[in-house]
Amino acid sequence: MSMPAQSADHPMPAPFSDYEIAAAYDEMFLARGRPRPHYRNLYTQLLNLPSEELHRSKKEADLAFFNQGITFTVYGRAEGTEQIFPHDLLPRIVTSSEWATIERGLTQRITALNLFLADVYHEGRILKDRVIPGEIIYTCRHFRRQMHGVKVPRDVYVSVAGTDLIRLPDGRFVVLEDNLRVPSGVSYMLTSRKVMKQIFPALFRKCGVRPIEQYSQALFSTLRSLSPEGRSTIVLLTPGIYNSAYFEHAFLARQMGIELVEGRDLVVHDNAVYMRTTSGLQRVDVIYRRVDDDFVDPLAFRADSSLGVAGLFNAYRAGNVVLANALGTGVADDKAIYSYVPKIIRYYLGEDAIVDNVETFLMTDRAQREHVCGNLEKYVVKAVGESGGYGMLIGPHSSHEQRSEFRDKILADPRNYIAQPTLMLSAAPCFMNGRVEPRHVDLRPYVLFGEKVTIVPGGLTRVALRKGSLVVNSSQGGGSKDTWVLQN
Amino acid sequence: MLSRVADSLYWMSRYFERADHCARVLEANYNLLLNPSKLSTEERWHRIMASLGIAATASGIDPQMAMIKLTSDPDDESSIVSCIAESRENAGQVREQISSEMWERLNRLYHQVTQANATLETDSDPLRLVTAVREGAYQFHGVTAATMNHGEGWHFIQLGKYMERSCALPVLLDAYFSAAGKADYLDWVGLLASCAAFESYCKVYTADLKPESMAEFLLLNPEFPYSVRYAVERMCAAIAAISETSFTKAAGRIERVAGRLRASLAYVQIADIMRGGLHRYLDSVIEQCNDLHAAVHVVYIDYPIQSALEA
Repeated sequence: MSMPAQSADHPMPAPFSDYEIAAAYDEMFLARGRPRPHYRNLYTQLLNLPSEELHRSKKEADLAFFNQGITFTVYGRAEGTEQIFPHDLLPRIVTSSEWATIERGLTQRITALNLFLADVYHEGRILKDRVIPGEIIYTCRHFRRQMHGVKVPRDVYVSVAGTDLIRLPDGRFVVLEDNLRVPSGVSYMLTSRKVMKQIFPALFRKCGVRPIEQYSQALFSTLRSLSPEGRSTIVLLTPGIYNSAYFEHAFLARQMGIELVEGRDLVVHDNAVYMRTTSGLQRVDVIYRRVDDDFVDPLAFRADSSLGVAGLFNAYRAGNVVLANALGTGVADDKAIYSYVPKIIRYYLGEDAIVDNVETFLMTDRAQREHVCGNLEKYVVKAVGESGGYGMLIGPHSSHEQRSEFRDKILADPRNYIAQPTLMLSAAPCFMNGRVEPRHVDLRPYVLFGEKVTIVPGGLTRVALRKGSLVVNSSQGGGSKDTWVLQN
Repeated sequence: MLSRVADSLYWMSRYFERADHCARVLEANYNLLLNPSKLSTEERWHRIMASLGIAATASGIDPQMAMIKLTSDPDDESSIVSCIAESRENAGQVREQISSEMWERLNRLYHQVTQANATLETDSDPLRLVTAVREGAYQFHGVTAATMNHGEGWHFIQLGKYMERSCALPVLLDAYFSAAGKADYLDWVGLLASCAAFESYCKVYTADLKPESMAEFLLLNPEFPYSVRYAVERMCAAIAAISETSFTKAAGRIERVAGRLRASLAYVQIADIMRGGLHRYLDSVIEQCNDLHAAVHVVYIDYPIQSALEA
C-alpha cells in the first residue's frame, strides 16, 4: 500500500499534531502540513484560532442542536431515549468541479432508475432483453406486484432519493447505495448549515459556499409538479412521534407549510382521500409519505399495520391521489439489483455511468459465492433489503464465529446477500476533544425529481466518530458534519 | 386544523388543569389537617378525596402516605404526576403546534414531578411539590398566553382548561356542602383556599364565611376565575371563536348546549338554587358540561364520515 509522503521534518502544527494521514484519501491534506487548495481557508482559520475558542464553538453548536430539539430515537432501547445527533464542528468541503461530476452522475442515475421502475412495472423490456434476470426482480422483497400496470404521474416513481457516495483512495466518488424508498437525514443537513453560519460567519464569507436553504421549497415544487391540474393539497404522512425520524417529518412539514398527518387523520371514501379537520373532511391530492410501503394500507399490504390508511392503495391505483415516492421503488435499491445499475444506465440512456458503482459480488452466482465464502475476512457482506447499517458483516473486523454465522446465512438464502470488498472511505478532519483528527466519511446528497431534477449543492456528510471505524450510520455511532460545495 | 391536533390540544389542557386543581386542593387542605376539628382526620381526608372526585379507599388512611400517593404515584391515574404526564404526552403529539416555550415549561414541570417521586423524604416534601406544581401552572398559563398564536388551537386549549374547571368546581362544592352541618370555620377556609378564593371572597362578602354566600361566589360570580359561571363564560367564548374559524354547520348544536348552560348560571339566584337543592343543581351543571364535551367531540373531532361528506 503506498503511503503519501510523510516526513518528520514537517511536524504538523497544533491543533493538528495528532493528525495522521493514512491509506485512505484525505479530504483536507495532500501530505503532512500541505492542505489541498480548497481547504486552505479552513486550515488557516484553525491554526489561528486558540483551542479554547474552538471548544467554545463546539459547545455553542451542541447547545444549538439541543435547543432546537434535533434528536433521533435509537431503536431497541427504552421508549423515548432521544439523543442529540452528534455533530462535528468542521465542514467537509467539496470543490465546484467535483460537485459538477456528482450532479451529472446522480441526475443520470435517477433518470435511468425511474425509467427502469416504469419498465419493470409495465412491459418489462429489460427483462425480456435479458439484461437483468427476471428472477432477481421477482424475488426482491420490495417488489410490489400490486403496482403492475399502475400509471404514476409523469412516470416519476422516485421523486426523493438520498444516494450514498463514498470516496475511494484514488479520489473518485462512487455510489455505495441508492436509497429510493423513504430516505431521511435532510433536516440534519439544513439545521447543521444554520448552526455553522452562526459559528463561522467569517469563513463563509471567505470561502463562497453555495446555499442549500432552498431545499424545502424545491421539495415542495417537486411534489406540486406531481399533483393533478388545479388540485394541490399536499400533506406529509408520518408514522407518528415514536418514529426515529419524526423530528424531520415535523421540520419539513413546517418548512413547506403543509399538514403533518398520521394514518388515523386520513380516510378514504369513494376512492378519494380526505383528512379529518375541525372544518370537516378536506380532500388530499399528494401525500409525501414517510411510511414504508408495507405499512401504507392494511388492506393492500400488511394487515397488522395501524400506521396506514385502509383503502389508500385503491385510491392511488384509481389515480385519485399521488404518493411520493411511489410504491414499490425498493426494487431499484435492492443491493443485488444495485450491481446492475451501470447496465441499467447503458440500457435506457445509452451512456456509461458517470459515477461508478462499487464492485459487488452476487451470492446467487455460484463462482462468486464460493470465492466470497472462502475469503469472508476480506469482504463486507450485506443483506440486500436492509439499511441503516443493520444486518451486515464487516469481514476484517469480524470474529471467526460471526463469519461462520454469515457463511451459513449466505448458503441458506443466497438471494438475500451481496458482498463488497472492504472499502477505505475517505477521511476528513474532525474536531475530537480539542484536537483535529481524521475520521472516515461518506456523503449523501438529496436528489429531487419532478418536472426536473434538482440536487441542492451539498448533502449530509456522515462521520464514523470512532477512530478507525468505517460505519457511519447514526444508529451505529455515527455523526454528521456540514458539507460545503464551493462556488468556484 | 386537523381534528387529531385539536383533540390533543384540548386534552393537554384538560389534564394540565386537572393537575393544577389537584395541587391547589391538596395545598389548601394539607396544613388545615393539622388543626383539631369536629371531624376526624380520616373524615376530613375522605372529603379531600371526594372533592377531587376520587372514590375514598378503605379506612385507616395515613394522610402523609395518601398525600404522596396523590402527588407522585405514577400508577394512580388521578395523581398529579399522572395528569402532568398525560398532558405532556398530548403536547408531545402536537409539539409543532404549541410554542417551544410552552413545551419547555411543561417538560420541566414533568421532570420536576417525576424526579420528586424518588425523593419525597421529609414531612414537608409533598407540600413543596404541590406548591411547585401550582407555580409551574401559573407560568405555563402565562407562557401559553404570551407565546402562542391566539388562533383555533389556542381556543381549543382554552376550551379544555375551562371545561375541566367547570366540571371540577361542582364536584368540590358538592363534597363540602353535602356535609355542611358538621363543618366549622376552618373547613370553609379550606374550601375557599382550594379555589384560591379567600381574598377575593372577602373583598365581596368580608371575612364572614356564610355557606350560602360562598356557594353564590364560587358558582355565580361573573368575575372570579375559579367560579363556575366564569369558567362557563370562557368556555362559551372559546366555542364561539372556534365555530367562527371552522365554518361547520353542525356547530349550532354545540352553541345551543353551551348557551343553555350559560343562561342557567347567568339568570339564576342562589336562593332558588338552595331551595331546589344545591346537590341537584351541581349535578345538572356537570351533566350539561358532559353533554357539551360530547357535542364538541362529535362535531369537530370524531364526526361520522357520511355526515361530513353531505355537509
